[in-house]
Amino acid sequence: MEVVLLVAVLAALVTLVVLQPLRVPATAEPAADSRADLEAAKEAKYREIKDAELDFRMGKMSEADWRALDAELRAQAIEILRDLDRLD
Amino acid sequence: MSSADVGSAALIVGFGTALYAVGAGAYSGRTGRREWATSARRAIYALLALLALAMALLEAAYIRSDFSFELVTQNSSTDTPTFYKLTAMWSSQAGSLLLWVFLLSLFSSAVLFLTRRRLRDITPYATAVLGGVAAFFLFLMLFYASPFDTVANPPAEGNGLNPLLRHPAMMFHPPMLYTGYVGFTIPFAFAVGALLKRHTGPEWIRATRRFALVAWTFLGFGILLGSLWSYSELGWGGYWAWDPVENASLMPWLTGTAFIHSIMVQEKRGMLRIWNVSLIVATFMLALLGTFLVRSGILDSIHAFGESTLGRPFLVFIAFALVASVALVVSRRNDLRSEARVDALLSREVFFLLNNLVLILICVVIFWGTFFPLISEALTGTEESVGPPFFNGIIAPIALALVALSAIGPLLTWRRNTWKSLRRAFVIPLAVGVAACAALAAFTSASDSVPALAMFSLAAVVIAVVVQELTRGMRARRTMTAEAPPLALSRLIGRNRRRYGGYIVHVGIAVLLLGVAGSSSFHDQKDVRLSPGETVKVKDYEVTYRKPTVAIEDDRSGTGAPLSFGAVLDVRKGDEHFTMRPARNYYPTQDSAMGPVGRFFGGEATSEVDLRWGLKQDLWLAIQPDLRKLKGPIRRGNDLPERFAGQAIVAVARSYLDDPPPAAFRAIVSPLVVWIWLGGGIVMAGALLALWPSPEARRRRVTSLYAARLGRELSRA
Repeated sequence: MEVVLLVAVLAALVTLVVLQPLRVPATAEPAADSRADLEAAKEAKYREIKDAELDFRMGKMSEADWRALDAELRAQAIEILRDLDRLD
Repeated sequence: MSSADVGSAALIVGFGTALYAVGAGAYSGRTGRREWATSARRAIYALLALLALAMALLEAAYIRSDFSFELVTQNSSTDTPTFYKLTAMWSSQAGSLLLWVFLLSLFSSAVLFLTRRRLRDITPYATAVLGGVAAFFLFLMLFYASPFDTVANPPAEGNGLNPLLRHPAMMFHPPMLYTGYVGFTIPFAFAVGALLKRHTGPEWIRATRRFALVAWTFLGFGILLGSLWSYSELGWGGYWAWDPVENASLMPWLTGTAFIHSIMVQEKRGMLRIWNVSLIVATFMLALLGTFLVRSGILDSIHAFGESTLGRPFLVFIAFALVASVALVVSRRNDLRSEARVDALLSREVFFLLNNLVLILICVVIFWGTFFPLISEALTGTEESVGPPFFNGIIAPIALALVALSAIGPLLTWRRNTWKSLRRAFVIPLAVGVAACAALAAFTSASDSVPALAMFSLAAVVIAVVVQELTRGMRARRTMTAEAPPLALSRLIGRNRRRYGGYIVHVGIAVLLLGVAGSSSFHDQKDVRLSPGETVKVKDYEVTYRKPTVAIEDDRSGTGAPLSFGAVLDVRKGDEHFTMRPARNYYPTQDSAMGPVGRFFGGEATSEVDLRWGLKQDLWLAIQPDLRKLKGPIRRGNDLPERFAGQAIVAVARSYLDDPPPAAFRAIVSPLVVWIWLGGGIVMAGALLALWPSPEARRRRVTSLYAARLGRELSRA
């Protein structure tokens, strides 16, 4: 009997916390969500550009290969920046 | 109202909450209604709070020795040291299930909090998967093994913690292992979410990569702690026995290692998508299998909880998860096509793939050997098992290939490399490897074991590669910044933590395998019976049994053993001289039929190994005292009134010291063992470095001309 009472009390507390968002439908912020994803993509692309440069400076790839790769990665980064600006 | 009632109520409500998270998450994933996703996320937070309450209640019961809890009675006692009372929870079936699901709710809450504004389409389904796994473990606790079962008439004293588990490594080994298993659930859940939403780009990997790395690190650390426990506590002198449960923990670590490498290929090149989701599915299934093997009792293991009824539901759950995951991957195969093709065979992505194949091959061999008893029984009706020679014979050469690949990988770049640049980069490390091989062959006995010599040489190559990479990177940075060498080096590492953290992990693994090769190929063991004054020679050591010892209520190892029989041994090696004191601890049994004195000798006993650590070699000593002569004094003590039991035990001990019988000793000289633990430490340091957020993770927001902005931001990255 005591367990049933405890379950009821705990369940009521959990219900209050869990169902609260359903009482106030979320105001959509798709821009903020996309921004977070694009920011993560941008950071990853920047890291790739820096990695490629470090590999070139360390003599792991030829200058021609690096320039081609760097241009490709920068173009992709610019696309991400454009997408970010479109959100503003 | 007892605390057990509160705990039970928390588990019941937790089960309902987890099921709600499954429903709300799936509904949000299907309809896109975000308020349901938020509600599902909150359900996971609530689950964490409920399970934290349950954990706290159970720990409190252990600390105050509340024997109304069946679990506390089974594996704790009033005289169990507090340190071990705190850990006793996870030495039991039900307690360890609670720890598992608590850690899962902790990790789930962390990842859902961090992704609350990201991956809005994937996260609801991931929440549903995480809730589903949690619900399964809560179901097991509610219907098969509850940690809050009580006894009607609590005894005055409990059975005490299994003496073998009274070791500091055991305090941390299970939580580390479970953190590893649980951690791999996170990328698995997000992979399922990504597949369901056909959102199979690198986003889910970026969001969960750190969790995979944390899981990998903790699982590795847990395995290492288990090995340390085996080496210094179990009394057989080894650190790895290819035991089924040991193997079960190693398999997800191996596939997890493959996953951590191959996700880089997807991030950089958009390739290996189907491979990555398959790897994380395999890793999660193997983590479940590892948890299952400890509990099912289907394979004999010193680490298992013994026979239980959990096997069937576990098997059903694993089968369901496996079939559903494979069906999902197959149904999404068109969405998982690679964005790019391999440009050249001599590229980092190809070597990562080779490394993956080698890791999977090792995993397959271990899987086959571990389940061979079941396979042979199913095929022939006779249960047969394979032993360490099977594993060592096949895995040693594959491990050499793995180390060789880990030496070449860092020298390559993505897309394509020229043989010329590889030759140039490889010449110095190769020279170091050849020089190390020649020196070891000329000046040591390393050439007695060709695999060990090969491993030593390859380890030298790996270390040389990493040192060279650091040097070249530092030079490259200095040409751009003119910084002083130490500053350039620290900034190079600081700004490329993932890369150099990974390289340091490579060094750690090479050092660890160097220790494994040395200790397994060149160890020397003697099993002898010695009387006081007698000497045994083990390799360069002369070990003399000086005198027996008995400690009553004075256990040096802090395990709470009331009786300890040991020896003082004088050890001489050249001019060096020192003393060692191995012992054997005796724990009382609650069986009153053995008598008030006899019960102190009739319970479980453990070896308290004495170890002399050394960078070159360890000297490992264990004793097995012969107590047969004490039967008479014990019988006489049993005949006395119980209040004289203390004096009787002192008299029994005195009779042993006055006329000590020969004792059995095991002496092992094991070269380079300490490098296993040091290598493990280097791996942890490297993993920590790779995990640490880089300065570029700080968010920047600029608008203007894109190219200029890109250049500006990159210069700060």
